[in-house]
Amino acid sequence: MTLLELRGVSVSFDGFLALNDLNLQLAPGELRAVIGPNGAGKTTFLDVITGKVKPSRGDVLFRGRSIVGQSEHRISRLGIGRKFQAPRVYQNLTPRRNLELALRAPHGPAALLFGALSVEQRDRVQQLLAVVGLEAHAHQPAGGLSHGQKQWLEIAMLVAQDPDLLLVDEPVAGLTDEETARTGELLRQLAGDHTVLVIEHDMEFIRDLQAPVTVLHEGHVLCEGSMEQVQSDPRVIEVYLGSDTQEAA
Amino acid sequence: MPDLLSGRQLRRWLPWLLIVVAALVLPVLLPPFRLNLLGRFLSLGIVALGIDLIWGYTGMLSLGQGIFFALGGYALGMYLQLASLQPGELPEFFSLYGVKSLPAFWQPFNSPLFTFFAIWVIPALVAGLLGYLVFRNRIKGVYFSILTQAALLVFFNFFNGQQKLINGTNGLKTDTARIFGELVGSDAMQRNLFWLTLVLVIGAWFLCRWLSSGRFGDALVAIRDDEPRLRFTGYNPTAYKTVVFAVAGALAGISGALYTVQSGIVSPQYMAVPFSIEMVIWVAVGGRGTLIGAVLGAVLINYAKSLVSEQLPETWLFIQGGLFLLVVTALPDGLMGWWRQGGPARLIAMVGWPPKAATYPSLDLDPEVQAEQRRFDDGSHGGAA
Repeated sequence: MTLLELRGVSVSFDGFLALNDLNLQLAPGELRAVIGPNGAGKTTFLDVITGKVKPSRGDVLFRGRSIVGQSEHRISRLGIGRKFQAPRVYQNLTPRRNLELALRAPHGPAALLFGALSVEQRDRVQQLLAVVGLEAHAHQPAGGLSHGQKQWLEIAMLVAQDPDLLLVDEPVAGLTDEETARTGELLRQLAGDHTVLVIEHDMEFIRDLQAPVTVLHEGHVLCEGSMEQVQSDPRVIEVYLGSDTQEAA
Repeated sequence: MPDLLSGRQLRRWLPWLLIVVAALVLPVLLPPFRLNLLGRFLSLGIVALGIDLIWGYTGMLSLGQGIFFALGGYALGMYLQLASLQPGELPEFFSLYGVKSLPAFWQPFNSPLFTFFAIWVIPALVAGLLGYLVFRNRIKGVYFSILTQAALLVFFNFFNGQQKLINGTNGLKTDTARIFGELVGSDAMQRNLFWLTLVLVIGAWFLCRWLSSGRFGDALVAIRDDEPRLRFTGYNPTAYKTVVFAVAGALAGISGALYTVQSGIVSPQYMAVPFSIEMVIWVAVGGRGTLIGAVLGAVLINYAKSLVSEQLPETWLFIQGGLFLLVVTALPDGLMGWWRQGGPARLIAMVGWPPKAATYPSLDLDPEVQAEQRRFDDGSHGGAA
């Protein structure tokens, strides 16, 4: 049983193939890392799953059903949540209100006008604020938060949304080492109950996640395996890791 | 409340205090002509509230609110045309164009009850339908503004050309009609209409306050700031934008009806392009995203316009243009935003009379520190409530 399956997905932007016959499967509860050099199609890959971009060929199945052609909000309501590359929080709302908007709850205008949040939901928001250490900042507009706090707030929003599948795009970009470690810890905790797909550039972080790695290159899956296997694969070293790790070393 | 008279509290409540005093004192002091002007401008505050809701909070700049404003005005105007007729009579203008029987769409306006709903439901429906079609296709930003202005022109030209249906460019007069046996244009009736307007402005303010303060309001702000993000969280922005655009349409209709009976006429000029742009200027000058700013902007600018036009008719357009430039360049949050951010104190400081500081002036008077402080305060009040 797979939760998410991409079958031969291609996306063409004016003839340029951002994704080229991409195949990928995710099992429920899995934690998966996706890496790839710039332009490998990582973000397009998330765009296809979340409905922002329609594949020109191929199919995307969620719990065995095709979700191609559905609007973003419907796909989100099916249980697919997304964290963006640059932190995208609502700058003029406080962290508390950001989280309240993200909560898994009815999302129609009438529900927001006439329905009040339950005590459990309020507790949940309070608890999440504590988890990401934003209690003291709960009442200031989120625009005033530091970069790392925004990253954490957005992750907390994703958790509040409580999706079955979490798509996390570069969660540790611009974070300190300590914050990075805590983020990894959080993602590992979420996996199991949730299915988590992480896109990252930070190799140390991916290694610490101890998750299976999928390498994308030119819109195609180059190889899959553990970090050690992937790192020793000559094709990967050629397109990406070799030069990168040498630079890092 | 030990800090009731502190700077921040004063900044928050003083505008309200002034408004309450003005509302109680002005009707006694002002001669009927001036009071009538004030009533007309207050009624424009209602359309401004709607614009603030869709533009200040939701980020949709409509240049076509005149459509809904005029629809409300026409609904009431048609009722008043019919109200004082003997059985079998037609409104006078029909005879000019050789119309022998009342057009079918006039018939329901014999009913005061129908008219009561038509004033706000018809504009709301038109706005909702127009909005739904536009929002569903994800048209936004400047394209939305252009579309609303184009729609405005379509309505303007249609109403302007339909002599046989609604007296075309001449419009419908309301002054000689009677409500409850009293002439609409009489001083006593105009005074009552002033009070009615005041009540409805306050009601509209509470409605907008309710819409903009809770989670619904948060969703509006989220649409303004990052609409795609909200979609990925499971919200359908089309529904929210349609609802809020329809509400703004209903408010415009009520505003138009009140303006019509206090001006004595409704005509296609209410759908003229400059008028709808002026509505946006009132909100921008008064303070986008502050509800009270929208009402104040509408009243102050229009009162200034009428005073200036009495003395120096040709200068008003320059003053209005200058005001708009001033707001765009120096007061992005409008007069209310400037006021709330301690603008007056800074202005006084500039001419060499520094305000008193409780701690270090460099901290206490720094606008950014002040803003932080205020956010913190507002937040904790809100959280405790």
